[in-house]
Amino acid sequence: MTVYFTKNTLNQSKELTGKWEEEVRRTVARTPDQKARCSTVSDLEIKRLYTPEDIEKTDFARDIGVPGEFPFLRGNQATGYRGRYWTFRMFSGMGSAKDTNARWRMLLKEGQTGLSTAFDFPTLMGYDSDSPKARGECGRCGVAIDTLDDFRTLMEGIPMDKVTTSMTINPPATALWAMYCAAAESKGVSLAQIGGTIQNDMLKEFIAQKTFMCPPEPSVRLISDTVEFGTKYVPNWNTISISGYHIREAGSTAIQELAFTLRDGIEYVEDVIRRKGLDVDEFAPRLSFFFNAHIDFFEEICKMRAARRIWARVMRDRFHAKNPRSWWMRFHTQTAGCSLTAQQPYNNVVRTAVEALAAVLGGTQSLHTNSLDEVLCLPSDHAVEIALRTQQILAEETGVANTIDPLAGSYFVESLTNKMEAEAWAYIEKIDSMGGMVAAIEKGFPQLEIADAAYRFQQQIDAGEKVMVGVNKYATAGKQEIPVQDIHEQVEEGQVARLAAVKRRRDSRAVKRDLDELKSACKTGKNVMPFCIQAVKDLATVQEICDVYREAFGEYRDPGLY
Amino acid sequence: MVEKKIRIMVAKPGLDGHDRGARVLARCFRDAGFEVIYTGCHQTPEQIAAAAIQEDVDIVGLSCLSGAHRYLFPRVVEVLKEKGAADITVIGGGIIPDQDFPLLYEAGIKAIFTPGATLDTIVQWVRTNVQPRKE
Repeated sequence: MTVYFTKNTLNQSKELTGKWEEEVRRTVARTPDQKARCSTVSDLEIKRLYTPEDIEKTDFARDIGVPGEFPFLRGNQATGYRGRYWTFRMFSGMGSAKDTNARWRMLLKEGQTGLSTAFDFPTLMGYDSDSPKARGECGRCGVAIDTLDDFRTLMEGIPMDKVTTSMTINPPATALWAMYCAAAESKGVSLAQIGGTIQNDMLKEFIAQKTFMCPPEPSVRLISDTVEFGTKYVPNWNTISISGYHIREAGSTAIQELAFTLRDGIEYVEDVIRRKGLDVDEFAPRLSFFFNAHIDFFEEICKMRAARRIWARVMRDRFHAKNPRSWWMRFHTQTAGCSLTAQQPYNNVVRTAVEALAAVLGGTQSLHTNSLDEVLCLPSDHAVEIALRTQQILAEETGVANTIDPLAGSYFVESLTNKMEAEAWAYIEKIDSMGGMVAAIEKGFPQLEIADAAYRFQQQIDAGEKVMVGVNKYATAGKQEIPVQDIHEQVEEGQVARLAAVKRRRDSRAVKRDLDELKSACKTGKNVMPFCIQAVKDLATVQEICDVYREAFGEYRDPGLY
Repeated sequence: MVEKKIRIMVAKPGLDGHDRGARVLARCFRDAGFEVIYTGCHQTPEQIAAAAIQEDVDIVGLSCLSGAHRYLFPRVVEVLKEKGAADITVIGGGIIPDQDFPLLYEAGIKAIFTPGATLDTIVQWVRTNVQPRKE
């Protein structure tokens, strides 16, 4: 056992802290504290001072250690950011594939190092642009993709063997990933050469983001199909990005984000092992994660540090993974959309910078920084550039990337990391005892825990207990006007026309045959991916593929819990 | 005589799943003593209008954060009118740019609440502007 402090240090700490407490009592009697209680944005109570006693049970080798070694509290990479900065990966997509391709080329030219795709709602939900359900939504929240034709336009001039691409896509993940594979092949880039991520995390959809299609059980099965396919044929692809981001945006606390995300990860690992018979070390190194960087600086840093340590322990001790790569938690981070304000929007630049700094100090591998106007619309070129430059300033000017995990050893940071880990374990064990995450979702457990937290936060805002500058404090009468990027109705017309042309041009008998084969794979349990790839090559649409799933597996309806 | 409660339907039209605001409001209306029906996400305007009539609500609160409000909100009012339920008040909220307000008011949306509106403001608006419709 490597004890963190000597007895002598602890004794001195106790003595000095005792004296300090007396002084605090005297001072507070004269000048009362501004607030009766200080807590994080998640309402986790924070003490006035942390001392060696708060981490006296910490064992250096077991709990802290060095970067690149178990339990990876201090990061996966032995060299930290010196070998390579985090990936500057701006989430973007708007209008048509052509519009988005232009934005992507601009971002790559300005120094972005990876792509990240935002799809519009019809694509996210598995509907084509000509569906009645898509009315008014086409291209608004992201790029509209119906067929491989659109996807090829999206990737035009992008070196698919060099740039990695993340795609925020969930129920139709198999269809969009199939398009990526097919688009690469048509450029002469093999599946072994492409790299990227599909979000493909359905559990958090039921818990928080609500982009769902089929019920939880078959949804998880489709994910296991992608994991298996990736393991065998697309070795540099992250077939899932197990996401806490949306859980947090839905109003959860940081601990809930941490716990539910990691418990989702456990559920996926269990399913792949059970259903596909893969050894954990065959696929675990390609699992990736995605966290939120909210406004409470230290809470976020501690959450990310705790996440790496919990996952390492889960993989080694629960799943008996032997490959150290399986113990790694690699994650992307996005600054918190829900922390931004429509009022005084320029302040959002400051919030995003602080949140991005937390993500870097938390050791993220990849980062999206929100643009100041994202509370109002899809970001303008100018706003995106400021957001990207924020990352570049952090990396290249501030010196924060010089040394690894600089906050390690802080009484406060280690103590809060420990506390968040302990509380996350309590949630994980509770969900275990409910029979796993699918069972917990069916009971509405994580949904209602988040609803409680979201409601409590809104009440604290309304009561002025929590402050949002420009909203419930320091509000100004005049409005800061910023340009609002608009998506024109013509995008929908153009997209619908392109889709009609593709449908006229393609071999509809081939499409029907492909979809029939996909349907039979759904029923027999064969991996759906090869059938999806064939179908998209023959220009089957996103909705046609998703309709096969809806028919085979049924549709999930929002239970509307609040 | 027991005072009749305001019946409010909170609804999410379209494909947008951002339901944090809708669910916080549903809970807030419940705590304010209203009878609350929450539709859940992914409802078409037609489904919302039909449910509002079937549930005999006094007011419908629409939430949309996807930018599709320009089609979806007016469409709900239109379907209510077609079905002879023009007396149901419709309000909306979400990410609604200022320049879209005139279009929505003209289409019959009675109030629009955007980020920063307090729960209390919204509850007070409903209390002031909506009476339970029937004895």
